[in-house]
Amino acid sequence: MPKTLAEKVYDAHVVRSADGEPDLLYIDLHLVHEVTSPQAFDGLRAAGRTVRRPDLTMATEDHNVPTLDILAPIADPVSRAQVEALRRNTAEFGIRLAPMGDRDQGIVHVIGPQLGLTQPGMTIVCGDSHTSTHGAFGALAFGIGTSEVEHVLATQTLPQYKPKQMAVTVDGELPPGVSAKDVILAVIAQIGTGGGQGYVIEYRGSAIEKLSMEARMTICNMSIEAGAKAGLIAPDQTTFDFLQGRPHAPQGAEWDAAVAEWSTLRTDEGAVFDAEVVIDASTLTPFVTWGTNPGQGLPIDARVPDPAEFADEGDRRAAEQALEYMGLTPGTPLREIEVDTVFLGSCTNGRIEDLRVAAELLRGKRIDPGTRMLVVPGSVAVKAQAETEGLDQVFLDAGAEWRGAGCSMCLGMNPDQLKPGERSASTSNRNFQGRQGKGGRTHLVSPAVAAATALTGRLTAPADLIGA
Amino acid sequence: MDAFTTHTGTAAPLRRTNVDTDQIIPAEYLKRITRTGFEDGLFVAWRTNEPDFVLNKPEYANASILVAGPDFGTGSSREHANWALLDGGFRVVISPRFADIFRNNSTKAGLLTVVLPEADVEALWAAIEADPALPVTVDLQAEQVTYGETVVPFQIDPYTRWRLLEGLDDVGLTERHLDAIEAFESSRPAWKPKALPAV
Repeated sequence: MPKTLAEKVYDAHVVRSADGEPDLLYIDLHLVHEVTSPQAFDGLRAAGRTVRRPDLTMATEDHNVPTLDILAPIADPVSRAQVEALRRNTAEFGIRLAPMGDRDQGIVHVIGPQLGLTQPGMTIVCGDSHTSTHGAFGALAFGIGTSEVEHVLATQTLPQYKPKQMAVTVDGELPPGVSAKDVILAVIAQIGTGGGQGYVIEYRGSAIEKLSMEARMTICNMSIEAGAKAGLIAPDQTTFDFLQGRPHAPQGAEWDAAVAEWSTLRTDEGAVFDAEVVIDASTLTPFVTWGTNPGQGLPIDARVPDPAEFADEGDRRAAEQALEYMGLTPGTPLREIEVDTVFLGSCTNGRIEDLRVAAELLRGKRIDPGTRMLVVPGSVAVKAQAETEGLDQVFLDAGAEWRGAGCSMCLGMNPDQLKPGERSASTSNRNFQGRQGKGGRTHLVSPAVAAATALTGRLTAPADLIGA
Repeated sequence: MDAFTTHTGTAAPLRRTNVDTDQIIPAEYLKRITRTGFEDGLFVAWRTNEPDFVLNKPEYANASILVAGPDFGTGSSREHANWALLDGGFRVVISPRFADIFRNNSTKAGLLTVVLPEADVEALWAAIEADPALPVTVDLQAEQVTYGETVVPFQIDPYTRWRLLEGLDDVGLTERHLDAIEAFESSRPAWKPKALPAV
């Protein structure tokens, strides 16, 4: 029976299956951060349980961490208490932690791949919805809640039902200036925030195969924004080249054995998907969101939509509420929307390639004097690499702020927040009301659009800068 | 987890789609390390900024059933959203479609999510807007929602239903299969990565 890639990974991890019960799925890697874990550790203690496999568990501090003065104690006492709870819990249960200041610290979804802990064919979970990022390696990776975090800590397994299978095929050439972020924003706009509900999405096609690992991570990262359980991409030579030599990647004869197995991780000819979406890469343009959910996006050439044009009453009401919150008038060209802040970072677009793309556009230029730009590398290692390449100086010379690593303004659990009414162009993943700070207004964009927007102070495509 | 068999209460109509977890409880309220006390963050932006928000209306202030538009609970995996609803007095959320992680977290936290077709949600909205004091019963045993003369059946997978009816803890259920877990572990290839020791 031909299988999809996701089915192969799923089936290879079933510990036990019985009629009328969910399958018990083995978890190869459990990533942990400070926000969704404290109550899980408390649950273990209350029941007298231990962590079954500390060696398959890795923790880091990312959501609460300040991006300035990172070696000083956290000023916010509540954030500090949460980080200190993680330190106590990981010490008590023997779990490796990359704390602030550590060379391995960073956003949980950046450090897994960077350390080589994320590998093809694995099952990976984390108490964080953007765990789907790791699917870029051909892993089945998904976000879980705190009760499930406790379950994985205690048993290294999760009860699961096999998800439905969706193929998103992107064929053709992406035009210049159009990136992985634009692809995934276009996919979400097409299928909607609930379109992937109940599915694992496999991204495939010639445009996907040409993408770097960083770009593949950007795409898989936002699968959850389409409602999908996970998103993944078949591993290939690009994947193997990224992994080889990383600290936790197999070596020598084990590397060869691993690559032989990873090479079988492809959807079989004749495997059946429950749903299919096809996108022609050559028709895509830079995409930006105008509303308050990631499905409310349009090509940057478009105008703010008129809610009256939505056929569905729910969509119409949602558009009205979104425009009111966003302070936008129907018919306004998206390029005329002025922003106060540009945020470059997050688990979606905080990797080295994202910083390189933005720096290239900013090199030798100054950002708009009325706009502030925050550049927040996804990890300490990304920051170090960028500094080796001199990118920090490019950003600083352009007038941007160069910060320490963490989740930062993606969700504003640290001091990096929008003020009420402020508007951002953000390379993060969610434009929800108040996500980046109470009353803040978010437009989701690619790193290239973020940099171009910083230069002009309004939503701008990189191509607009040519001859400007 | 508390068992859920049947619940009767009043219901609040939340006529919004895509109610994301950042609206249910914003990130700044996730810093607490306890399991309770999240009601202060429940829908806090809407409660603060929108005087006519449904839960600001006295007639819905004590509602224990929330009736929302499609794609309820999208976004983050924060189980704090489920805890905030429970802490805020809700036992049931009804919607035409839930985000997967939210729905899954609900089954762990003891909050019942009921999927009803949009037309049934519209009818229920109309009924509870006409009479905010209308008692609504959600019976998990019988798998039906009842209000006035109306009875609407719903479906839930039998295993989850059994767990909720019994108030069972998943970890305890899984621990009965330790031998299967050990057998699986003994068959894993040696080259699979380990986080320890640090390299």
